[in-house]
Amino acid sequence: MITVKKLVKRFGPKTVLRGLDFEVEAGEFVALLGPNGAGKTTFLRILASLSRPAMGEVRIAGYHLPGQAAAVRRRLGVVSHLPLLYGDLTAEENLRFYGRMYAVTELEPRIREVLEMVGLHPRRRDLVRTFSRGMQQRLAIGRAVLHDPEVMLFDEPHTGLDQDACVMLDTVLGEVAARGRTVVMTSHDLARAADLASRFDVLSRGTIVASIRWDEMDTTDNLLAFYRRAVEET
Amino acid sequence: MKRNDVKRNSQPATPNSPLANFFRALWAVVWKDLSAEWRSRELLTAMLVFALLVILIFNFALELDARARASVTAGVLWVTFAFAGTLGLNRSMATEKDRGCLDGLLLAPVDRSAIYFGKAVGNLIFMFVVEVIVLPVYSVLYNINLFRPGLLLVILLGSIGYVAVGTLLSTMAVQARTRDILLPILLFPLVVPVMIAAVKASGGFLQNLAWAEVNAWLNILVVYDIIFIAIAFMFFDYVVEE
Repeated sequence: MITVKKLVKRFGPKTVLRGLDFEVEAGEFVALLGPNGAGKTTFLRILASLSRPAMGEVRIAGYHLPGQAAAVRRRLGVVSHLPLLYGDLTAEENLRFYGRMYAVTELEPRIREVLEMVGLHPRRRDLVRTFSRGMQQRLAIGRAVLHDPEVMLFDEPHTGLDQDACVMLDTVLGEVAARGRTVVMTSHDLARAADLASRFDVLSRGTIVASIRWDEMDTTDNLLAFYRRAVEET
Repeated sequence: MKRNDVKRNSQPATPNSPLANFFRALWAVVWKDLSAEWRSRELLTAMLVFALLVILIFNFALELDARARASVTAGVLWVTFAFAGTLGLNRSMATEKDRGCLDGLLLAPVDRSAIYFGKAVGNLIFMFVVEVIVLPVYSVLYNINLFRPGLLLVILLGSIGYVAVGTLLSTMAVQARTRDILLPILLFPLVVPVMIAAVKASGGFLQNLAWAEVNAWLNILVVYDIIFIAIAFMFFDYVVEE
């Protein structure tokens, strides 16, 4: 579903991604782990077609970037630590706006379905700026799945959330993943990543340095040890 | 593991014709900007208060006879529109940046120039609202009739040119930390031709000059509008991409 070969990204003289190779099968949930500044967000922004690589090949659902960006975007849902929502519009109006941008058919029933999924239907007519951070993040997930994308990209979705909001967000993320979608999620929180993902790739110094499946580890402690070893070795 | 692979029950929306998609996205952006502004009234209030203060200050600062009024009116009007417009352009793009909404727009599977035109049409509507309120107030304060078809045409063309450049540059400026001061620095040198042509053409109509004498300035406005709309259409995608 996602194939990345020899990806390079530079910002001026600084090289952020150095020949990164990455592959995700359809239906896989991959957690991308790594220290600050490793290039996780930059990598996700390239996959989301928000940033243009200096070199390398990126293919998502058979379409390559940046040449077929519109086709890729149609199949992509993105959740970042920012909600990408308008504070002066209601929850319903935000989804209606994005639904129009994505040409979602039968939009009104779909908005209702999504709001019910993220548990915000009772608050559908409230302005988003009155929502808590956790509610905004749940609505952000609703925005991202509105057009029923095949591939989901989550960039640190738990940032700034309290414990209750994290648990609620995990329920929604799990529900999103359980629909057979391909998911790539960056995270600093190994325990939460372990609850959701089936594969864990460690990104350090601009390249994938290690990869392991959940079946090969079983416990969060093993995952933590694996992660530390991978980062220290680079 | 924790996931069960259930088949998705629906498919992504199928794309319509490119032109229909373009206008649907354009209208969605305009609707979104108007709805958000209707709620907050932040942008229009700031533009209006500023514009009214400027014409009030000029009214007290310049003690004018009837002839002098006609010669300075064009300049005062366009200074007012330009500075109030800059406030609006800055605020309009700042709302896109605040919660990462610009990324939300750029993630949509639409021609990115539709986003530019949607923002530009929204900005133009806000500018027209300010102009519609400023003109009668100015007419009363300065005792001069501004409701002349020629002058209104100049205001229309000048505003289009100003907003066409301003929307493109505000998209560039919003990426910078110093966006509030960056926009006027980038914008004003580029809108010098449209300002000169608009002031000259407005002055011509206010002084009842013959159409032939004003025509050249109107032509400059039309050409400027066409050139900058075309430039924005071609380069907006590159402006917004990292």
